Amino acid sequence: MRGAKSAKWVAGAAIIALAATACGGGSDEGKGKGGDSGKGAVNANGIFSVEVGEPQNPLQPANTMESNGSIVTDAIFSQLVDYDPAGKLEMINAESVDTKDSKLWTVKLKKDWKFHDGTPVTAESYVKAWNWAANIKNAQTNASWFADIKGFTDVHPEDEKAKPKADAMSGLKVVDDYTFTIELNNPLPYFAYKLGYTVFSPLPESFYADPKAAGEKPVGNGAYKFVSWDHKKQIKVVRYDDYKGPDKAKNGGVIFKNYTTLETAYEDLKSGNVDVLRQIAPKDLPVYRSDLGDRAVDKAYSAIQTLGVAMYTKQWKNTDPKVLQGLSMAIDRDTITKTVLQGTREPATGWVAKGVLGYQPNVAGDVTTYNPTKAKALIKEGGGVPGNKIYIQFNADGGHKEWVEAVCNSITQATGVACAGDSKVDFQADLDARDAKQVKSFYRGGWVLDYPVNANFISDLFRTGAAGNNGFFSNKDLDKKIKAADSAATLDESVKGYQEIEKELVNYMPTIPLWYYKVNAGYSEKVQNVQYAQDGDPILTEVQVKK
Amino acid sequence: MGRYVARRLLQMIPVFIGTTLLIFLMVYTLPGDPVRGLFGDKGADPATLAAMRHQLGLDQPILQQYWNYMTGIVLHFDFGTQIASGRPVTDVLGDAFPVTLRLAAMAFLIEIVLGIGLGMVAGLRAGRLADNAILVFTLLIISIPVFVLGFIVKSVFAFQLDWIAPNVSNDATWSELIAPAVVLGSLSLAYVARLTRTTMAENLRSDYMRTAVAKGLPKRRIVGVHLMRNSLIPVITFLGTDLGALMGGAVVTEGLFNVKGVGGTIYESIVRREGTTLVGLVTILVLVYLFMSLLVDLLYAVLDPRIRYA
Repeated sequence: MRGAKSAKWVAGAAIIALAATACGGGSDEGKGKGGDSGKGAVNANGIFSVEVGEPQNPLQPANTMESNGSIVTDAIFSQLVDYDPAGKLEMINAESVDTKDSKLWTVKLKKDWKFHDGTPVTAESYVKAWNWAANIKNAQTNASWFADIKGFTDVHPEDEKAKPKADAMSGLKVVDDYTFTIELNNPLPYFAYKLGYTVFSPLPESFYADPKAAGEKPVGNGAYKFVSWDHKKQIKVVRYDDYKGPDKAKNGGVIFKNYTTLETAYEDLKSGNVDVLRQIAPKDLPVYRSDLGDRAVDKAYSAIQTLGVAMYTKQWKNTDPKVLQGLSMAIDRDTITKTVLQGTREPATGWVAKGVLGYQPNVAGDVTTYNPTKAKALIKEGGGVPGNKIYIQFNADGGHKEWVEAVCNSITQATGVACAGDSKVDFQADLDARDAKQVKSFYRGGWVLDYPVNANFISDLFRTGAAGNNGFFSNKDLDKKIKAADSAATLDESVKGYQEIEKELVNYMPTIPLWYYKVNAGYSEKVQNVQYAQDGDPILTEVQVKK
Repeated sequence: MGRYVARRLLQMIPVFIGTTLLIFLMVYTLPGDPVRGLFGDKGADPATLAAMRHQLGLDQPILQQYWNYMTGIVLHFDFGTQIASGRPVTDVLGDAFPVTLRLAAMAFLIEIVLGIGLGMVAGLRAGRLADNAILVFTLLIISIPVFVLGFIVKSVFAFQLDWIAPNVSNDATWSELIAPAVVLGSLSLAYVARLTRTTMAENLRSDYMRTAVAKGLPKRRIVGVHLMRNSLIPVITFLGTDLGALMGGAVVTEGLFNVKGVGGTIYESIVRREGTTLVGLVTILVLVYLFMSLLVDLLYAVLDPRIRYA
């Protein structure tokens, strides 16, 4: 249950367990103390259950993008590397991942690793899997993760009609059974961090015979072995006893139980029918701490919610960023997170979330501090809000209405700018409007880390043409600096480069940071040492089942 | 009679085509693209989107998609595959229907037994205490929203008294389904009781009833045969359509009690724009409704000898 996390979108509080929420898997070692210090006797073969919705996709590592599926694929598949909560890289299936110039990477694998079906995990298992996943013919949702690798466009042309020119990416070369090299298009100092993401999992030979069946009964190389998937009811995995990784499971297995709503899952937690929750329904937030005592979890994780600025609109096209700074200062984040959001968020002070390499506190300075006087002054200085009315687009199925209204009221009271929510019926419709450039002025944006490097919160969101850049923000200066930071010689320098860029974002205001997400969850009396990773998922391998 | 049934069956064909086409078009005109929806905030590259659409046949003209889909259903019983999960829709439906079927059967039973029972008691004692009590009780049920009722049932029986588990487990056993079935059946139960009461009270005063009493028939026969047969016609009509509604699943009740049936599947298919699943579900439900209404019409003749289908 490690592996870097994923592409995610945070669609908000699931009204029903099947509403889209953030996706991700978990990562990190259980360092530090678990939530409780209860030292009960532990049953090493005990099986516990986790609340999870039905995965949207088949359980193929390159096809899993949302949280319900990725928590399962992360349990079944291990990747080359992972990272600990401090953002430090650790080797899992890899013996070493080395590079001299950040462009050519050499991966050496640990020997004697085996897939759950007994076949060895070799360099070929990785290279073939990546080539398969990147190939346009296989239409894997996460294919774009391989875009850094040389030859990606040959197997995955950008043009909608084009056929792939090759079956394999020229940048991947198998040297011997346990060594392969990865050549990138451009140097990327933090590329090793990306390798911890699920999409970079190896696949056994049996996968290719029938990928569809493999998605129903995945065979992986991870800490847990797949047992059964009873659709819409539960998925069962058990500990893989021959697992060679450092993150061996401390329990006998996991049952991922499907619930229709978070409310029903919480009731079942109280009556002992489910052991670990990932989220608490808004209805139960006021009482869950008193209900669960020290088994209640409340912890920040690496995800942020922002107001995306639709840079293509008349309103913002040529408007001075000072106006956006002013609007940002008109939002009383402290009060809104405490009241409307019931303490489930933490006011943001920058664009990069906590728990990420290169996170800097208070990077936006005054701009994220509530100050109505300054807000008014700044808006005036910047020439006022065109039309003197703003809209915040959100999806009505994600429980966002309340905070959007609160933000609107806060802005209107502080500055006199009229503000209204622009509700789209659901997340699909919301995305549609973003892609079609129909956002009136702002949209609700969310981002959960893919890998714990600040580049992920900057380059993947604000670079011209980045897929996550839904506001179509574009600035040549910034693009140049991003390129420079990407081609830095070392990871440290690259992170520093991005820190500098983050400091400058205040002058552009590509988005208005609102708050960081928190895990509000809980677990039953049957388990202990339940911790949550940077992406908000419980760390399954660390959970101990009491006797 | 036989000719009448044949004619009704033939009439089903245009209705069937019309309803499925409408639903199909509705789903595809909803804003939002299911394939794009898989990517969320991440954004997607056009090539992958196009490849996925092509695999699913979503790049063909809409009417051709409909034609392919319907011929698949009619000729091979193939309901297509889901966009996100890649599972055959028949599997999805096969998972959802048995649970809903059991839940609906139980709710229906509760409705018939309690509804008609209460209705008879009230109808025969029209205007007296028992009648008024039943009227007040049913009014109460009708006016409470179903999620409130479900919540009350849960907090009283599961949390206070500890008689039942708060939620239905994955096996969805008969005993676990009692609570949701009561909640689900209660609203219709109230309607059935009131309908039965009114028609009975009315028919009590009719000529053929007076004749039956004058003939000195035993009370059981008067009520059981003469009165009930005639009074049940509107009730049967209601029950017929209601069974269709029950089969359509109940989004709220199923969600409340963690029942994984048709209701939740419909909700999910709409949210995820899973057109094939939705049309498949609706296709089956349309058939259920059509056969129910045919059955109801045929029952009329059984209940009331004056109705004859030539």
